[in-house]
Amino acid sequence: MSATSGVKATAVAPRTTGSESRSSSPTPPSHDVGGWHRFWGRFDHKVVPYLLISPFFILFAVFGLFPLLYNGVVAFRNWSLLDPANDGWAGFANFARLLEDDKFWNALGNTFGIFILSTVPQLFLALVIAALLNRKLRATSVFRVGILLPYVTPVVASTLVFASIFAKDNGLANWVLGLVGVQSELGGGQVIEGVDWRSTKLTSWTAIAIMVNWKWVGYNALLYLSAMQSIPKDVYEAAALDGAGAWKQLWRITVPMIRPMVLFTVVLSTIGGLQLFAEPMLFEQNAQAGTGGTRGQWQTVAQLIYYTGWKQLNLGYAAAMSWGLFLIIVVIAAFNAFLTNRLGGGKR
Amino acid sequence: MTSTGPSSLGVRTVGAVGPTPTHDTQPVRRKAALLGRSPQDTAASPWNYVFLVVAILASAFPIYWMFVVATGTDADLSRPAYMGLVPGDNFMHNVGVVLGNVAEQGRSYDNARFADSFVNSILVTVIVTASLLFFCSLAGFAFAKLRFKGRDALMVIVVLTLTIPNQLGIVALYIIISKLGWQGQLISVIVPGLVSAFGVFYMRQFIEDSIPDELIESARVDGASTFRVYWNIVIPIIRPALGVLGLLTAVGTWNEFQWALIALGSGSPNKTIGVALSDLASGNYVKYRIVLAGSFLATVPLILLLFVAGKQIVRGIMEGAVKA
Repeated sequence: MSATSGVKATAVAPRTTGSESRSSSPTPPSHDVGGWHRFWGRFDHKVVPYLLISPFFILFAVFGLFPLLYNGVVAFRNWSLLDPANDGWAGFANFARLLEDDKFWNALGNTFGIFILSTVPQLFLALVIAALLNRKLRATSVFRVGILLPYVTPVVASTLVFASIFAKDNGLANWVLGLVGVQSELGGGQVIEGVDWRSTKLTSWTAIAIMVNWKWVGYNALLYLSAMQSIPKDVYEAAALDGAGAWKQLWRITVPMIRPMVLFTVVLSTIGGLQLFAEPMLFEQNAQAGTGGTRGQWQTVAQLIYYTGWKQLNLGYAAAMSWGLFLIIVVIAAFNAFLTNRLGGGKR
Repeated sequence: MTSTGPSSLGVRTVGAVGPTPTHDTQPVRRKAALLGRSPQDTAASPWNYVFLVVAILASAFPIYWMFVVATGTDADLSRPAYMGLVPGDNFMHNVGVVLGNVAEQGRSYDNARFADSFVNSILVTVIVTASLLFFCSLAGFAFAKLRFKGRDALMVIVVLTLTIPNQLGIVALYIIISKLGWQGQLISVIVPGLVSAFGVFYMRQFIEDSIPDELIESARVDGASTFRVYWNIVIPIIRPALGVLGLLTAVGTWNEFQWALIALGSGSPNKTIGVALSDLASGNYVKYRIVLAGSFLATVPLILLLFVAGKQIVRGIMEGAVKA
């Protein structure tokens, strides 16, 4: 970045002198046109750049930046649509309530559990698939495009099909589990093939994690593939002395070489994974309830924010929750980045 | 995968090259050289293809299953494995029900307004994509090639917001939308999407890398205004990047759910396709054959897009066009 901008700066330097001489040279011969011309030249240089960025910046400021700042204000206020009269500063009350809210901690635990179950296999499989794609292949683009099918599928649609696959009765997953003899007993002594996916934390987390894994493996594989393809070939030639096989080659050479990209995907999937919303929402019998199961078995923080803000209509508290989530995302993303860096460093 | 040991790699790879002409003549030396060869120069083994095909099938299966369920009758779907994992013949009926053309006993699906929501989603996607491309390329051009006071500081602000989770502003954004009286209307999902920080960042990067300053300079010497430079020089050169950004934006907009649910509200007369699907799936008892007929219809446009422009989408992702 710094190197290229240095080069650019020298390239730009003659331009400014050129434009100055250009705007001054036409003035003496032209009469009234010259004044307008000069005005237009100055206008084009001084004002037009701001005009070009202004549509973006106005919209960005109002609908992007301002909400981020304003959310901080809302979090410190009583802002309940059910109780509009009680409108005023709440101080730290919303945050204090957050710390003692069992629902919040439950949601945080769920979010974290689903995040682990979805991110670790996701990035591991993505690495393996990227390695498979990083070969002299026929029909390369068929594979690369095919792997993106989950990425383009609307998350609502894919979650609904998984919700049917993980149905308690007549679901495909339970049919398969039934074939291999898995049965479980429900409360009233009723026995079903497979498991009641929505009844416990671990089973519901697993079902949701499978959806997330399915959706993002291919996308991450392409990110890894692009990083793998920029590894200089002589790195591999040098490593020939070790007699490294394909599997070893992947973990000893390729993965350490793409460490920055691994770091990037870890941070990216932390930010995305901790905000998980659509999957847990639509996994539920009532896709707009936001309760995450009868006992909140799989309610994520993003779902709880929705539930608090738009079902209980307490926007002030929901805003405080989103600050809580933000802080947790920052901490975990930093921790994960640190961890990945250390692990990668150890492998070298 | 674990079976691919050091020695089997060489053997398998040579085997895989079999049908195509091999350049190397001596097999012994070849094997030794292979071990130090970069993966990209190593021909894929048959197992490599097998695993990849499995990955593609796993990627495609849920979409296929969406279709299978959408072709069933209630009786079909109460049998284990349905119709033996193959489609039935009730697809048109289920599609008719979801579109509100065919009535079904006990429940009307009219209020999901699925057909309207389909049109709405097309409208929202087209407007958002076109506007984002125009405004973000304008601003990206200014940030990359024009000099003005405060340029670097403004760009830093844009980049900083890239990593902030959108969850953080969602309550405040809703309050703004309500104050504007846009709640429940399509404009509430359109306007916040008209520009994106990522779009500007991406455009600035591409313009900086692909357009030499001399080109812009010579056009200016010829008397072209800044906007003319943008329109006649920058736009034609950045067309591939516009295509990539446009595709990623379109996919993202079509698939957006959380903000649409909040801003439009459940049961709203104006919905995007995601909200309509969640309305369909939020009754006390959900008929998957109808919900998944709708899901399948919502997925088809994107699969077509992937068929037509898949290579560009792949390139966009691989060039680092990632959306946090």
